Amino acid sequence: MDIIFENVTYIYQPNSPFQHIALQDVTFQIKSGSYVAIVGHTGSGKSTLISHLNGLTIPTEGTVSIGDYSLSKEQKPNDMKGLRSRVGVVFQYPEHQLFEETVEKDIAFGPDNFGIPKEEIKRRMEEIVPAVGLPTDVLQRSPFDLSGGQMRRVAIAGVLAVKPEVLVLDEPTAGLDPRGQREIMDMFYQLHKEQSLTTVLVTHSMEDALKYADHVIILNNGKKYMEGKPEEVFTQKDALHKVQLDVPEIVQFLMKFNHKFSTSLPFKKQTIKELAETIQHVVRGAESS
Amino acid sequence: MNSLIIGQYVPGDSYVHRLDPRTKITIIFFFIFVVFFANNVPSYSVLVIFALASVMLSRVPLRFIIKGLTPIWFLVIFTFILHLFVTKEGEVFFDFWHFEFYTGGVVQGVAISIRFFLLILVTSLLTLTTTPIEITDAIEDMLRPLNKVKFPVHELALMMSISLRFIPTLMQETEKISKAQASRGVDFKTGPVKDRIKAVVPLLVPLFVSAFKRAEELAMAMEARGYQGGEGRSKLRELKIGKLDMIIYIIFLSVIAVLFYTRTYA
Repeated sequence: MDIIFENVTYIYQPNSPFQHIALQDVTFQIKSGSYVAIVGHTGSGKSTLISHLNGLTIPTEGTVSIGDYSLSKEQKPNDMKGLRSRVGVVFQYPEHQLFEETVEKDIAFGPDNFGIPKEEIKRRMEEIVPAVGLPTDVLQRSPFDLSGGQMRRVAIAGVLAVKPEVLVLDEPTAGLDPRGQREIMDMFYQLHKEQSLTTVLVTHSMEDALKYADHVIILNNGKKYMEGKPEEVFTQKDALHKVQLDVPEIVQFLMKFNHKFSTSLPFKKQTIKELAETIQHVVRGAESS
Repeated sequence: MNSLIIGQYVPGDSYVHRLDPRTKITIIFFFIFVVFFANNVPSYSVLVIFALASVMLSRVPLRFIIKGLTPIWFLVIFTFILHLFVTKEGEVFFDFWHFEFYTGGVVQGVAISIRFFLLILVTSLLTLTTTPIEITDAIEDMLRPLNKVKFPVHELALMMSISLRFIPTLMQETEKISKAQASRGVDFKTGPVKDRIKAVVPLLVPLFVSAFKRAEELAMAMEARGYQGGEGRSKLRELKIGKLDMIIYIIFLSVIAVLFYTRTYA
C-alpha cells in the first residue's frame, strides 16, 4: 500500500499552555513495497509520525493516506480495524504489551481480534514461531517466564501473525544484544522481501538504515529535514552534523581515506568487502605507476 | 487528561513560592476552616480578597487556574442548581410550571459556590506553587509528634512522595500500552460495555507487571545506595520559618480577626 503524507501537522494539546507542535507541515510519499528508514534525534517527531500510520493519531492539519484509507480532521475511516489489520506496528519495547497466560494465547490475541479463524491462526503460528527464532516448546509457557530477548520475539510474532501489508518498526532492536539485533533485523528484511511488505523502520542506527533501507527520511524538530536514497543522504556530513546525526562508519572511513590519500572514491552503498577491493585496486594502481 | 491542573507545579520565585511549605499548609488548613464562618457580604469579601491577593502574589495567571479547573466548575454549577431547587426559604421570586424558586435558594447557592471556589482556589494554589517534595517534607515534619506513638511518619511520607513521583510515569505507560493494544485490534472506545470491560485486561496486566518491576528496581537501587530513613537522616533542603512566613501569619491572623468582626451573629 502506498503511504502519502500531505502537509501533515500534529499539535499536542492545542490552545493550552502545554501546546506542543510535534509535526509541522510534513509531506512525503512511500511507495508500496519499499523499505523506508525514518531517522531523527530524540524528540524529532518520529514516534508521532508512525502513530499516524494506523490511525492512532489523526493529523491536526493535512491528510495521511494509506492505500485506500484516508485520515484527516474532517474524515476518519469507518473501518479503523481494517486499517489496523493491514498496518502492523512493532512499538519500542514491544514486550511490555504481553499479558496473556501463555505465549500461544498472546500471539493469537491480535489475529483473533481481527477475526481470523482459529485454524488459520494455528497454521500461521507454526510458520511464524520458528521464523522469529523461538523454540516451539515455549508456546505453552507464560510469556513472563521468558528472557527479555525471547519476550521481544513473542511480541513481534504477535504482530506478524496478523500478516500486515505494511510493517512499522519503532526501534525494534533497542536493548538487545548485538547478535539478537542482527538476527531480528535480518528476519524483518527477509520477510520484507518474501512477502513484498512495505516496511517503515524508525531507528537511531545509521548502519541499519544504510544496510536495509532504500529510502531515508530525516526528521528534525517535527519537520522533514532531508529525504532521498541512503547513499545520497548519508554522504552529506555537514548537514547531518547540524541535526546531531553522524554519517555511517563506512562513509566516515571512506571520507577520511579520500581526504588522506587525496582520492575521490564515490560512495555507492558498497559493502565493506567491495570497498576493500576498490581500495586495494587503488593502492595497487598507485604502486605500479 | 492533562487539562486538569490539580497537582501540577508551576515553577516560579514569587513570595508564595518562597514561603515555607508548612506555613502554606497551616494557613490553608485554617482557611478551609474559617471559610465556613463567613455568612454575609463583607465577611465573604474579606476571604475572596485574601485568596485573590495570594493568587496575584504567586504570579500564576488567574486565567490559567480558572481554565485548568474546568471539570470542577461543573460541580460548582451543579451544587448551585441543586440549591436553587431544594432550598425553600425566603420569598418565592419566580414561579415556573410547578417549580417555585425562593430567594433563599439563590443566596444559599451563591454562598456555597463561593465557598467551593475559595476552597479549590487555595488548595490548587498550594500545589501550583509547591513541589510535591516540599509538600511531603512539610507533612512529614508536621506529623513528627506522632512518632512518639510509634507511627511510621517517615515511611508514610516516603510512600507519598514515591506515589506522587510515579503518577506521570504510569500515565505515560498507560498511553503507550493502550496504543500498542489498539494496534493489535483492541477497541477501547466503541462496542458493548461487556466488551469494553474485557478490553481493560490487556491494558491492566502489562501496567501492573511494569509497576511491580519498577517498584522492585527502585527498592534495589535504594538498597544499593544504603538508603535508611527516619532517625538520623539529614535533609538536602532544611525547612526554615523565616521573616516572610511570620509576616504572612500576621496578615492571615488579621484577616481572621476582620472576618469574625464582620460576620453577623444571630
